[in-house]
Amino acid sequence: MREIKAADISAAVAQMCMSANTMLPEDVRRKFEEGYKNESTEAGKEIFRQLLENADLSAETKLPLCQDCGLAIFYVELGEDVYVPGGINKAITDGMVAGYKDGFLRKSSCHPLERKNTGDNTPAIIHIDFVPGDKLKISYMAKGGGSENMSRVTMLSPSQGWEGIKKFVVQRVAEAGPNPCPPTILGIGIGGNFEQAPKIAKKALLRKLDDVHPDPKVAAMEAELLEAVNKLGIGPMGLGGSYTCLAVKIALAPCHIASLPLAVNVQCHSARHEEVEF
Amino acid sequence: MPTYTLNTPLTDADIEKLRAGDVVLLNGIIYSGRDAAHKKLMELLDAGKPLPFDLKGASIYYVGPSPAPPGRPIGAAGPTTSGRMDAYAPRLHALGLKASIGKGKRSDEVKQAMRDNKAVYFGATGGAGALLSKCITASKIIAFEELGPEAIREMTVKDFPLLVINDAFGGELYAKPKLDD
Ligand code: SF4
Repeated sequence: MREIKAADISAAVAQMCMSANTMLPEDVRRKFEEGYKNESTEAGKEIFRQLLENADLSAETKLPLCQDCGLAIFYVELGEDVYVPGGINKAITDGMVAGYKDGFLRKSSCHPLERKNTGDNTPAIIHIDFVPGDKLKISYMAKGGGSENMSRVTMLSPSQGWEGIKKFVVQRVAEAGPNPCPPTILGIGIGGNFEQAPKIAKKALLRKLDDVHPDPKVAAMEAELLEAVNKLGIGPMGLGGSYTCLAVKIALAPCHIASLPLAVNVQCHSARHEEVEF
Repeated sequence: MPTYTLNTPLTDADIEKLRAGDVVLLNGIIYSGRDAAHKKLMELLDAGKPLPFDLKGASIYYVGPSPAPPGRPIGAAGPTTSGRMDAYAPRLHALGLKASIGKGKRSDEVKQAMRDNKAVYFGATGGAGALLSKCITASKIIAFEELGPEAIREMTVKDFPLLVINDAFGGELYAKPKLDD
């Protein structure tokens, strides 16, 4: 067994929360630069200009990129030979609470009905996968409410197939319009079941915007969906233009012979995530 | 694109010259308020009690800022999705609210209320929280402190950059999605 100290995990998680909220990932910045150069509308170009300026300012002043620092989502790959005295859940939660406090990040978690803020952004939403070996990898995502609200899960009929999937995704983006702070990134979960489809959809958002899916068929599907949603012309912040969506990331999972689960997770342009390995 | 520099409180004359697509640099006092604060404002109105600020000519910014770090008046402060305040906005417009500031679509009822009461809906750039924070020169909580980020703040803004999304004449800036069917 390899022992990893809870305090080391907490410190790394705290750091990750603070830096992800102030340092726009390089791949996202490159897309903003591309959009600024190529967007067909002046209003859309101006949005990209502001977003680039915002990213510079955030890195410099350490004010968060967006005031909605999100619920804190963690994807953990925990080696079966790793032992964390005190527990991994607590180590991550403690780190998240410290990071949100020390980084002056907004706490956005509340009771669902009484709407009282929990005050420290707890609970962290932690997904743990056990993997062989003695390594630990923690990915953090700050997921804002505006884009999450535009996400959907549906249970299609297998007969609807790819055409049904495409129709649902395009319709979703059209209905969401300016609300989720476009240009967005779409995480699409196809298959699995009612709880698995949204899980793989959101996790797909951890991929780099400019990576290419290793399965050429899926890569082609991603390209087809991206083109279809960008034809909607919603544009940056809904002001019109060719950049409604920056990237589409698809994850597939086997499903029941009776089902075709589909999840669309809408991620705003403020795609904040980071990872750390032990 | 016409650009106007306006001062709060806004007047009917200010609103009448604005059209969807105009750029406005807003100066003066605006009030923050989002979901929970709006609910509380409605409770005050229902009980016949005074509101924490004068609605006449007022501008409400749908924002829940991040905490102010030392040496700054406020943290990141970009807009939240306005649609969630659609249930409350018409009543506030009828009582004198001249502008709301946010991002995303408004309901037909809100658009009608803006026509009936000479008011506008401004868009600020969502996700540009650090950039917009620069234009807020002072901020203090004036009500519902217990709501944390959702408390009502009186904010002083300088050349706060806005776009007129919905004007008082039915005009709208947002692009209509191009669907085949
Ligand atoms: S949708 Fe994203 S960018 Fe827009 S306000 Fe929410 S977290 Fe910020």
